[in-house]
Amino acid sequence: MIELSQVVKTYQAGLATPFTAVDRVTLSIPAARLTVFKGPSGSGKTTLLTLIGCMARPTSGRIHLHGLAADALPHLAPAEALEITSLPERFLTAIRRRTFGFIFQQFNLVRGISVLENVLLPTYPTGEDPRAVEARAVARLESLGLARHLRSSVDRLSGGEAQRVAIARALINDPAVIIADEPTAHLDSRLSEDFMGLMSEFKDAGKTLLITSHDPIVYDSELADLVVEMRDGRVVSET
Amino acid sequence: MRPPLQRYRNILDFALSSLLRRKGRNLALISVYTLVVFVIASLVFFVQALKREAHELLAQAPDMVVQRMVAGRHDPVPLAQVEAIRNIRGVDEVQARLWGYYYDPVFGGNLTVLATEDAALAPDAIWIGQGVARSMRVKEGDLIPLRGYDGQSNLFSIQKVLPESSELVSSDLVLMAPKDVRALFHFPEGLATDLAIQAGNPRELPTIAAKIVELYPDSRPILKTEILRTYEAVFDWRGGLMVVVLGSAVLSFIIFAWDKATGLSAEERKEIGVLKSLGWESSDVLLLKFWEGTVISVTAFLTGVLLAYAHVFFFSASLFEHALKGWSVLFPRFRLIPALDGYQLTVLFFLTVLPYTAATLVPSWRAATVDPDAAMRS
Ligand SMILES: Nc1ncnc2c1ncn2[C@@H]1O[C@H](COP(=O)(O)OP(=O)(O)OP(=O)(O)O)[C@@H](O)[C@H]1O
Ligand SMILES: [Mg+2]
Repeated sequence: MIELSQVVKTYQAGLATPFTAVDRVTLSIPAARLTVFKGPSGSGKTTLLTLIGCMARPTSGRIHLHGLAADALPHLAPAEALEITSLPERFLTAIRRRTFGFIFQQFNLVRGISVLENVLLPTYPTGEDPRAVEARAVARLESLGLARHLRSSVDRLSGGEAQRVAIARALINDPAVIIADEPTAHLDSRLSEDFMGLMSEFKDAGKTLLITSHDPIVYDSELADLVVEMRDGRVVSET
Repeated sequence: MRPPLQRYRNILDFALSSLLRRKGRNLALISVYTLVVFVIASLVFFVQALKREAHELLAQAPDMVVQRMVAGRHDPVPLAQVEAIRNIRGVDEVQARLWGYYYDPVFGGNLTVLATEDAALAPDAIWIGQGVARSMRVKEGDLIPLRGYDGQSNLFSIQKVLPESSELVSSDLVLMAPKDVRALFHFPEGLATDLAIQAGNPRELPTIAAKIVELYPDSRPILKTEILRTYEAVFDWRGGLMVVVLGSAVLSFIIFAWDKATGLSAEERKEIGVLKSLGWESSDVLLLKFWEGTVISVTAFLTGVLLAYAHVFFFSASLFEHALKGWSVLFPRFRLIPALDGYQLTVLFFLTVLPYTAATLVPSWRAATVDPDAAMRS
């Protein structure tokens, strides 16, 4: 479970034009479920995900991870709650690497290198045995139907293929939580359905899924266990 | 928690493929960088080699040379002075030297013709330096004609080509008997070109010089230590020409490196954000940038140094021989004796590789320490 209490994110705090993108959000996100964040553009969905995913720190408030960060921080008892907003940077990095897998809206693949190398990127700093991770990456790419493209440069992939590379990369360190920001924004409805099919597999595998979306295919899906609606930085409904 | 060695290797591998995907840019960078290292290293090697040659030249030179000045110009010295100077206290030996320059119109260079009393020299024979042998295309046993003062050709047989110890010392030398020198140049009997003086105690040389001037007010004594000091001043690392040229070269290089390296493109910045969001630490990003910078700078350094070595020692520093020596006509294939100095290489390494590496690390460090959420927005 991910627990947020009174989380605030103010950009340019202390400057002439402070802007509060996330305002006093208190929320419980269940583990091993799919949670969808919806709401108009600018309502703070992406910002909220960056706070949960340890990519930025909230201006105030607390975020607890319950039993999710044990892989990242081995000294932690598996079920122990971890308050992440006050952790030192290197722990946050470890959590980003092991606990969360991000699928970005623009995929954020590194151009000019191969599909396989992109998937391996998160493993380089871990110093794991390269043969073991490579075998894992190849298996994952094959299961995503990208066997033919292992050595292709990512620059030439189609949108759906690029997204599956991004998914393989998000999964390479076997994270407990998968975060996807507008995953279907660049996909046609068939590919969007395919994406939701994959998400359902991950949910069955016990992953916690957080997805932001404007797309009814996502938030109206029966897979969605919780739909959080946001407006102007605040949570207006949870269904 | 993480085996550090594997991490270094992984990140190095990625740095290499990273460099490859920006091939054009990095090749241009390495070329310019190599060129800079090449010029600086050539200069350092060349000046160092010249300095060595000069030292060798001076090691064989007498403690003091006395010339006679007439109307402000160098004029022959009467042999009568030899005895008088030998009687000055502290003087060990006075030798009247007989020498001159011979201009060879055929290959357009100057030779130094020097009289020698060496008994091994056969009559009507000469010994010549390697440079002379090369440019005249002659060898031992050949006959060569030298044009005398009156336009007549004088034939000499080459008895020996002097061994190559240091080319500057002996390369342009022609040794012949004193009577042949006088005949060739119509040099009057009873006069010498200058006097070479050895003193038992070098510290007495200034006193001896003063006494010589007292005795012969028209003479000009030149001490070896003075010449040495002039060489040092010109060629020295810490003072003189070297430091000025080297300093400006290094300065312009630092400016170049700074300019090239500090500009992180928007794409690189974004990439750093992506890497951080994937769980790379700032130190991992810095390690990546460090590898990239090191590969570029070490490649450029090694290539530049090797090219400079070939340039100076195999191609006779052809690019700036004219500017610095001004007498290259005689030495179409003049070769400096190869020598490498670890200290110089180290200094060179630090002057070129360090500024570049620092210049690449600073902006990456700034980018690597920002929050990774930049990767979420584009
Ligand atoms: N670095 C920043 N500085 C200032 N304001 C920011 C910054 N990042 C985001 N914002 C603002 O915060 C608000 C929330 O942004 P956010 O990206 O979270 O919205 P969103 O709900 O994801 O919108 P969309 O559906 O369009 O992706 C926006 O008004 C945005 O302009
Ligand atoms: Mg968004």
